[in-house]
Amino acid sequence: MEVVRTEDATRSFKAGKLETSALRGVSVSIESGEFTALVGPSGSGKTTLLQLLGCLDQPTTGRVFINGQDVSRLNRNQRADMRRTSIGFVFQFFALIPTLTAYENVEMPLLLAGKPPEERRTRVQELLDSVGLADRADHRPDQLSGGEQQRVTVARALAGGPTLILADEPTANLDTANGEQVMTTMTRLNQETGVTFVFATHDPRVVKFARRVITLQDGLVVNHNAQVKKG
Amino acid sequence: MIQLLKLAYRDLGRNRRRSFFSALALGMGLGLLLLMAAVVDGEYRGSMESTIRLESGHLQVRSASYDESKASLAWEDLVENPDGMAAQIATLPPVEVSTPRLFASGIVAVGEETDAVRVIGIDPSSAANAPFSDGLVFGDFLTADDREGVLLGLPLAERLSLQVGDKVTLLINTSNGEVDQQDFIVRGLYSTRTPSYDDRTVFLPLAKAQAITRTENHASAVLVLLHDRQQAEAVASALQGAGLQMVTWEKANELLLDTEEFAAAYMTFLYLIVLGITATVIVNTLVMAVFERTREIGILSAIGMRRRRIMAMFFAESGLLGIAGIAMGLVIGGLLVAYATIQGFYIGDMGVTGIMLGDTIYAHLTLEDTLTLTLLAFVITLLAALYPAWLAARMEPVDALRAGQ
Repeated sequence: MEVVRTEDATRSFKAGKLETSALRGVSVSIESGEFTALVGPSGSGKTTLLQLLGCLDQPTTGRVFINGQDVSRLNRNQRADMRRTSIGFVFQFFALIPTLTAYENVEMPLLLAGKPPEERRTRVQELLDSVGLADRADHRPDQLSGGEQQRVTVARALAGGPTLILADEPTANLDTANGEQVMTTMTRLNQETGVTFVFATHDPRVVKFARRVITLQDGLVVNHNAQVKKG
Repeated sequence: MIQLLKLAYRDLGRNRRRSFFSALALGMGLGLLLLMAAVVDGEYRGSMESTIRLESGHLQVRSASYDESKASLAWEDLVENPDGMAAQIATLPPVEVSTPRLFASGIVAVGEETDAVRVIGIDPSSAANAPFSDGLVFGDFLTADDREGVLLGLPLAERLSLQVGDKVTLLINTSNGEVDQQDFIVRGLYSTRTPSYDDRTVFLPLAKAQAITRTENHASAVLVLLHDRQQAEAVASALQGAGLQMVTWEKANELLLDTEEFAAAYMTFLYLIVLGITATVIVNTLVMAVFERTREIGILSAIGMRRRRIMAMFFAESGLLGIAGIAMGLVIGGLLVAYATIQGFYIGDMGVTGIMLGDTIYAHLTLEDTLTLTLLAFVITLLAALYPAWLAARMEPVDALRAGQ
């Protein structure tokens, strides 16, 4: 089943009279359960494409579909609802709220979704356990290592029960061992939960985890299936 | 909601010093307003009490043709048999005390020095004259049969260098339009601590005042003090009769009441200015928080927090700052008001005419003022969050996430 599809999506940015095209007509389709890497050099449009797929931004032209729904022209609140119900994010920086504990960070999407306390408690414990941080639940981000923080982010991304998780350079700020651990965790969760993972990277050590690679260059997809690795 | 408040509380705790000083700014603002409200209320309350106690009473029964501004002593403008009328009025249950008063204008002369004064003939035995008998500073109070004694206000005596036992000449208008003069002995010096009153008012026993003004068995008014001043209209209606006019304390003090009303409007304007200034501190704090936490706002937005909730987050912070500030304000204001209520502010003779200001203003804080100002401070604090909250909510998640990179 198709989770994400873009149809000739473009994204241009204006700076004064200067217009820059970050994406110049991208059409891709990603099926449920895929573990896909977006690769390409800096400025190739990886992050911009992830932002369109994540309903964080909207295409200048073309269309983006999430779970069959055209999200290209949704308003801000509708996009927020789409993100809350269907999409999880893992960012390059350790995107946790510093005043909240690991538990509370993971709980946040469930709170936003209005889940009852008991359901939240069970789900958060389950998720922290699944990323190996059950014993770090009461720690705040500044009491966790970079790798642990990123795993909390992964747990949070899964909290709302999304069909798609988008990760932008998830290991860029981690050392090799921690980066490996985060990717292993993501791979395992992809296999266990069947949630679709799409991550942008230019690190070959990360690309090797992908079962499908989409290569971008100068805002265009130049290869849909550069590498297929059986997990 | 609880989660939102918890998040807001922790966010404020990130920079405790800044949050503390923001709340303190509001607290000081509120404290100042409570003091201002209490002083103004105390000033008007004190002024009204003084006017009623010294001048107007709760009710004055006068002849229908009596014109206060002319201080007429013509018999037709005066109340006949005032003692009898006062005794009759005193039998009414709401009445505390009732006494005749004769008002005349005159001049005090000592050697080359002269001063225009208001001469009031009083029944020295009446409890209505307690402010003067209790306020006796030197000498003795008047007696009903005293034919030579006069009671002077302390400031007047000081200005004319008079002491108890000194001789003073009094020139007084009479009922037939002439001016009579007679020497008197300063029997006593009083102080009501209302300089504008003490400075221009001298007292004679009523019988002597009637004799010198040739108003025999007449008085300008019968002054009535009630147990409850709200009963003034009812008592006035009960006493209404042909040839009489009833002047209630409200009618007699229209100027003061109007001034109080004007002052209330003016004070509201001042309240808004002071709270507006403190609100800018809150705005500044929250705007700084928005800029410091731009990326976090982006994260929350990315995980699906809607604009309204992002705004609510900042309103919650503002609300908590407001509660902390109000708590501080109530303590600061409470201490200031307590001091001003007990010790008062000495203002001396402000030279104000038309309103009887005491030489010391004692603050008086009402529950209504406290609640109104507290609520106003809280609402303005919440309004202060409007701009920062809007600023946070309008951020595009993409731009917010990029912040700091």
